[in-house]
Amino acid sequence: MENKTSERELSGAKELRNKYDVIVIGAGHNGLVTAGYLAKAGHRVLVLEKREMVGGAAVTEEFFPGYKYSSLASGASALSPAVITDLNLHQHGLEILPTDPLIFSPQPDGSHLTIWHDVTRTADEIAKYSQADAAAYPQFIKVLRSYSQIMAVLNNIPPPDLPDVRWGDMISLLKFVKPVRNLGWEYVAQVIRVLPMPISDLLNEWFESNVVKGTIAASSVSNISWGPQETGTAFALFYNCSVSSNNLFKFSGRVKGGMGALTKSLANAAKSFGAEIMTNSEVAEIVMESGHAIGIKLTNGDLITAAAVVSAVDMRTTFLKFIDPYFLDQKIVKHIQNIKYRGTMARVHYALDELPSFTAAGADVQQLISGTVQIAPTMSYLQKAYDPVKYGRYSKRPYLDIQIPTLTDSTLAPEGKHCMSVTVKYIPFHLHEGDWDEMRGVIRQLVTDTISEYAPDFESCVQDCKVITPLDIEDVYNLPEGNPVHGDMTLDQILWMRPIPGYAQYRTPVHNLYLCSAATHPGGGVTGINGKNSSREILKGLK
Amino acid sequence: MKQTPFHPRTSELCELYNWSLWSNWLLVDMYAPDHTHEYFAVRTACAVFDISMIPKYHIHGPDALGLLNRIVTQDVSRCAVGRVLYTPWCDDEGKIIDDGLLAHLDEGSFRLTTGDPMLYWLEDNAVRLDVSIDDVTESLAGLALQGPFSRDLLKQLSGEEIEKLAYFDITKTKIAGIPVEVSRTGYTGDLGYEIWVQPQHAVQLWDMLFEAGEAYRLIPFGDFALEMTRIEAGLLLTDVDFNSSMKVVHEFQKSSPLELGLGWAVKLDKEFFVGQEALKQEKARGPAWATVGLEVDLNSLEAIFAEFDMPLYLPPEAWSEAVPIYSHGEQIGKATSGTWSPILKKSIAIARLKPQYAKPGTVVDMEVTIDAQRKQAKATVVKLPFYDPPRKKSMGSH
Repeated sequence: MENKTSERELSGAKELRNKYDVIVIGAGHNGLVTAGYLAKAGHRVLVLEKREMVGGAAVTEEFFPGYKYSSLASGASALSPAVITDLNLHQHGLEILPTDPLIFSPQPDGSHLTIWHDVTRTADEIAKYSQADAAAYPQFIKVLRSYSQIMAVLNNIPPPDLPDVRWGDMISLLKFVKPVRNLGWEYVAQVIRVLPMPISDLLNEWFESNVVKGTIAASSVSNISWGPQETGTAFALFYNCSVSSNNLFKFSGRVKGGMGALTKSLANAAKSFGAEIMTNSEVAEIVMESGHAIGIKLTNGDLITAAAVVSAVDMRTTFLKFIDPYFLDQKIVKHIQNIKYRGTMARVHYALDELPSFTAAGADVQQLISGTVQIAPTMSYLQKAYDPVKYGRYSKRPYLDIQIPTLTDSTLAPEGKHCMSVTVKYIPFHLHEGDWDEMRGVIRQLVTDTISEYAPDFESCVQDCKVITPLDIEDVYNLPEGNPVHGDMTLDQILWMRPIPGYAQYRTPVHNLYLCSAATHPGGGVTGINGKNSSREILKGLK
Repeated sequence: MKQTPFHPRTSELCELYNWSLWSNWLLVDMYAPDHTHEYFAVRTACAVFDISMIPKYHIHGPDALGLLNRIVTQDVSRCAVGRVLYTPWCDDEGKIIDDGLLAHLDEGSFRLTTGDPMLYWLEDNAVRLDVSIDDVTESLAGLALQGPFSRDLLKQLSGEEIEKLAYFDITKTKIAGIPVEVSRTGYTGDLGYEIWVQPQHAVQLWDMLFEAGEAYRLIPFGDFALEMTRIEAGLLLTDVDFNSSMKVVHEFQKSSPLELGLGWAVKLDKEFFVGQEALKQEKARGPAWATVGLEVDLNSLEAIFAEFDMPLYLPPEAWSEAVPIYSHGEQIGKATSGTWSPILKKSIAIARLKPQYAKPGTVVDMEVTIDAQRKQAKATVVKLPFYDPPRKKSMGSH
């Protein structure tokens, strides 16, 4: 109730009225995509960013002099090709560098499983562990792709707001008919069976080797807070495939200059269409007038009005901070409070004097480790890494996704030096004991020790190290509870239930307030699809 | 199964062992073989009812008023310290969840008594508000002292100032030296008071009241007598005259306060409350139901009994199984509870009818079953309440 703004309070602060049609809160990738599409359609758009840089979770930051890192998000292959084309991103500086293999999965016994883009080549690799699995793999990928094809159609349309399905929803659902007919109803039945499964059960049906299962399963839990035995983790694997241009279960590719270069190209594109972007501009409040959003108030007191306000930040900040929940319906407040975040991810960035020697890689080391080096040797390793999280404790033997982007883009570090970024799972945001200052050191040692098991000279390569804890992810990158996708993509938080039931179509209970963040359908990953879908709905609303 | 702090006394007096369970609390239905005796004590002398089991919440802090004003349909900002407010509250769709009494105890300090446990609803609505909500159900015992002599009895025990307590006032005072809060409220529609006391003083309070009450023929009364009086008073009962929208599945089972004749307690002009928008729309289009009183035509009822060669029989207990109401063979609503009113010498019922039949004086047909055979007796629509003695609200002696 405390931050209701009356016009009187604002005297003294600047007022900008009728200068903009749309205000976008947050210059993360989805905010920028939305701004780009709306500006391209001829609207006067203003993007407001709290931090000194655009990008949100997709930023490049120089943590040590000369060493640049993709702070949180990585994986360029998720970005929608349609977004790249529609916003001319290549013209605005976007350069995507391919990486192959997808995954290099070293084993404690010194062997390794490598997942290449090429399915046959991967099958040959799998044969080291199981002939049967090698034979099954191409068929598994075929099924993965056909299921994901259906999901890809769904990704690009706003889900119907069940149970109140409108005619417009029926028409967009018609897009669904052709791919379903092509695949056959039997496929649909299989999809419905498979998506809610734990990835462990699904992979047990397909494969016998624990190494093969672990290597694939890790991809399904990399963006979700849960472990592989949790229900609905199969969905995450198909989702990755449905948004990734490599048509596989894990994102690949690098953005030249790091992920920050991707969002910079989005910002440049939006500006080229006439959008304005203000950094260091923190929104304090969405200003309301009789149930309608009429603009925003910045923390410095400035008031800026617009015909529509678009939130590119998470639901909790939007509805429990920017808006006074006092004036919202009870079930809306409840739904928003019930969104599950519960992040379990940390990031560790190393500055390396030289490349570590991964024992399992042998002589091909440079190529093999140019994609993602995945420390999740088996499915049971992965599950055991997750188990302590259920009790608020961190994994003593964590699952790591390691990337060394300097192998494909030498501009990111001083000559001859390397950057290494590690996604660490599982480190729960809700710690049972200990504090985050202490945990920072614990995480650093844990990750260093874990990598050293596979690359014994690792510690001697390390020059410097930066730990981003789940708390940092919340504090610095404004992602509640350190959840990178604005709410876990569990079965109860996807499709028409994302971000909350009844509001899956980028609209909100507040008139003229729209949503475009990863909290919306289809969900997380640097896809830009949320922003694209949202801009379509906003344009309808602005008519 | 929980016992109230008065259990040592109520259990001694409940000769019939006639208990029922109310939210897992033991509740006396009737103390002695004829509950009509208890009923007449309420209407002609005075009687006490153990209300300790009522859910009670102490809501306090800077945003206590804000929280309550978000939840309830009444305008709490118009309830001064020392006053009590009757109010319903609704869900987002404007359907009633429950109703209760809200006492403004002190600046920023309120006590809400409810029909059903309501802590979750209070907490759910308190997002980002600076307010404390304490469940004081078990830390506060209560007695309803009701009846024409209740004021005289209280005056004798706590002093003259009780005379000044107006209808729906609340005050802190002492009864025979025991610190209590007394409000001039009740569920009988008569002159009466509700007394709140620390559990450790409960038995002592009971004994003091009964010692002084002997001169006024004070007796305890149970739920059977209470039901008769609350129906006469036209007061609705949750789960009987309406369902809580939280406890039913189908829309048609829910009610709005406008349909229940509680529109006077719905302040649509308030800045905001949960369900406001829906209720505004409902008011604009007109509620689908109206809640009225029915007086059953005893001659027509007697004629039905005569068809069976039976004399007219009117059960002495209130009933609460809904019965259909018809007009010209078409069902137009239902009666939700009713009773023989000994003081009015009438058979009365609370009913929910289609609005076009709600005009006082309208004659409708009420289903009566004798030996599982369906018959229809005439009944006349009247305004609620059926019984409303001036002493309920008047100042000074009766």
